[in-house]
Amino acid sequence: MAVLGSLFVIVQRNPIYSVLALIGAFFGLSGLYVLLEAPFVAVVQIIIYAGAIMVLFLFVVMLLNVPREDAAEWDRAHPLYRPWPMRIGALLALVTIAQLGWALSRTPGIGGGVGEQTAGISDVGALGRVLFTDYMFAFELTSILIIVSMVGAVILARRQSE
Amino acid sequence: MGDMIDFMLRPETLVYAGIVGAVFMGLQIGAAVMVYAERKVAAYMQQRMGPTLVGPAGLFQPIADIVKLIFKEDLKPKAADSALFFAAPIISVAAAYIAFAPVPFGPASTFFGLLDEPMPLLVADINVAVLVVFAVASMGVYGIVLAGWASNSKYSLLGGLRSTAQMISYELSFGIALATVILLANSMSFRAIVNNQAGYFFDFIPRWHVFWMFPLGFIAFGIFTIAGIAETNRAPFDFPEAEQELVAGYHTEYSSMAFAMFFLAEYINMITVSAVATNLFLGGWHGPFLPPEYGFVWFLAKVAVLLFCYLWLRWTVPRFRYDRLMAFGWKVLLPAATVNLIAVAAGVLYFGL
Repeated sequence: MAVLGSLFVIVQRNPIYSVLALIGAFFGLSGLYVLLEAPFVAVVQIIIYAGAIMVLFLFVVMLLNVPREDAAEWDRAHPLYRPWPMRIGALLALVTIAQLGWALSRTPGIGGGVGEQTAGISDVGALGRVLFTDYMFAFELTSILIIVSMVGAVILARRQSE
Repeated sequence: MGDMIDFMLRPETLVYAGIVGAVFMGLQIGAAVMVYAERKVAAYMQQRMGPTLVGPAGLFQPIADIVKLIFKEDLKPKAADSALFFAAPIISVAAAYIAFAPVPFGPASTFFGLLDEPMPLLVADINVAVLVVFAVASMGVYGIVLAGWASNSKYSLLGGLRSTAQMISYELSFGIALATVILLANSMSFRAIVNNQAGYFFDFIPRWHVFWMFPLGFIAFGIFTIAGIAETNRAPFDFPEAEQELVAGYHTEYSSMAFAMFFLAEYINMITVSAVATNLFLGGWHGPFLPPEYGFVWFLAKVAVLLFCYLWLRWTVPRFRYDRLMAFGWKVLLPAATVNLIAVAAGVLYFGL
């Protein structure tokens, strides 16, 4: 479901359907988290990502009234549709797929190993403890980043009165 | 195949199916009863009698309403986005029902010896139950915003966006009040939170979270309820809804069943918020006189009191204007919730809970 959702994000013409497909992809990811014995992360993913951030995306797409992509016009007028960019792009895509296949074939067996190790760690209390001791620096940096973006947004949206 | 039939006929499975069916039908019938109760309560508060013609004391009025809505023509504007137009009310109603799933309405009971071991009265027993309710409430927002967009009219879109902005703003204070309760109960599962509220302080004040370290628990309860009322777009915060009576809003282009589904979703959201508030703050199913088996009676009584307060608020208090509503949510409720959270955290640390 995560893969299908992500695929639909790029394939869809209508931008609203893209956003909805991304939400579907997040639900798929959340399910994967539950299967990895991390229910807290799964629910928090839904609350924050699919619940708040995607609403923001939807707002932006709706207010900007982004039009449907027109395939015929793209084929004619889009600057990336020249011969050389197309060939290099195709080569890069093939290289990426080959790399992905190589990496996937090199992972040790799937399933089983992950569950037992992380089941004890993903408890919420333990998560909080680790976040506030080992990863304290990252936590503070993230808070500063959020404050910076909030201040920036307020300044950008201020009315130019004085 | 025989194994599967054996599994289906075991008493636990049948009782569980019974519980799921009871919750589903209970929510629907609850919504219908709420329609009737709202009209009666509104009437009596306005010095008149509500529906009295249909059935004894107007009791069958909701049925008449539902029948009327079923027979109305199902319109769809030509320029509307058809898949989203169809899906938006479904998302609203689905989110409303799913949000009630992890909420327990009674202690683990054996149904008078029918089962071997007690079975909890919920649809889904999850460890992070409180957060799941919150997550699904966030999903309910999508039903509204997609309804506003799919109707393809300026007024619907703006009404939908406003309503959505209001809901996500008040979700913050909702979440912080929720976090306060999680601090007190040291767990995120509903059953653990309710079990934390058994017993009494000084033998006569029940140990509910709302009475905890007065006035902190009370403030948390107030913030939670106010944010909940704003979440469900009800009572003094229903500017997007009332705007529809004046101009237009996210559900103007809908008619008959789809309209009914939006209202069903709204009433079920109300019931869910009341039930969650009862479980978190008012002690869930603990009550003085009945033996523990009948806890759900107390639960239903408390939810009924909260729902009455919802209706009471709607018909007594004037509604907020939209900008005052948003200012209240961000500038008053959010700081109050945060300070309350810090104070409760300090209290928990000091009293060593």
